[in-house]
Amino acid sequence: MQTRRETLKQSALVAGMLAAAGFPQFANAAYNKAAFDAKTLQDVVKALGGSTVAESKDVTITGPDIAENGAVVPLSVATSLSGVKQMLVLVEKNPAAMVAMFNMTDSIEASFATRAKMGQSSDVYAVAIMADGKALFAKKEVKVTLGGCGG
Amino acid sequence: MADPMRIRAQASGDKATVRVLMSHEMESGQRKDAAGKLVPAWFIQEVSATLNGKPVMSAEWGPSVSKNPFLQFTVKGAKAGDKLAVTWKDTKGESRTDEATVS
Repeated sequence: MQTRRETLKQSALVAGMLAAAGFPQFANAAYNKAAFDAKTLQDVVKALGGSTVAESKDVTITGPDIAENGAVVPLSVATSLSGVKQMLVLVEKNPAAMVAMFNMTDSIEASFATRAKMGQSSDVYAVAIMADGKALFAKKEVKVTLGGCGG
Repeated sequence: MADPMRIRAQASGDKATVRVLMSHEMESGQRKDAAGKLVPAWFIQEVSATLNGKPVMSAEWGPSVSKNPFLQFTVKGAKAGDKLAVTWKDTKGESRTDEATVS
C-alpha cells in the first residue's frame, strides 16, 4: 500500500525524468530561441546541439543569383543524405541568421522551399544536421538590389 | 482572425508535393513606423503538418521568413484522397489550421 506522499513523490520524479529526457520531436514545442538569436552558422549549429560543421556536396541550396526584391527571396534546400535530423535555412548577414528550421521525419523528404527576407547581399546556407550531430552545409551568394528588412 | 491558408497537395507516384501559402504579416521587429518607433515583432514561430491526422512535419521559423509565407515540402506515401492539415502558431499565440485533400 502506497501512502499519498509516496505517490506524489513518485509522480514528481517521473515528471522530472520526462522533462529531462525531452519529449519526442512533436511534443517538444519549445521554441529554440538561442538558435534563432545566433548570429553565425557555427553558433546556430552549437545552439542546436550539433558538433562539427563541414561543407558537403550532398546538400544543395537553390536561390536566385540576384534578388531584385530582398523582401521575397525564394530559397530551397535539399539533401540526398539519409539520417538527417533537421534542415536549416540561414542568411548570414541578417540580424538573426537563422530563417527556418525543419524537423525531419520518416514521412517527408529532405527538401523544402520557402521565401526569406534579406537585408543585404549575403551568403545563404542550407544546413543538414545529421542524427550524429554533424552539420553539413552548402552555401550560395545572393545579391540583393533592394533590401527587405528596413521597410 | 487570420485569413485561411491556401494549400495544394498534389500526388505523383507515392509522393505528394505540398505547397502552402499562409497569410501573415511576419513583422520582423526591426522595422520602424512613420513615427520612428519600432514595430514589435509578430511572426509565425511554429508550423506543423499532419497527414490523415499523423504528424509528418514540424518547423520553427524566425522573423526573416517573408510576409505571407510560402512553404513547399514533399510527403512520402501520400495518395489522392488523403487529408493534409497544416497548422501555424505565431508570437502572439494565435494559430490557424487548414486542411486540404491530396489530389
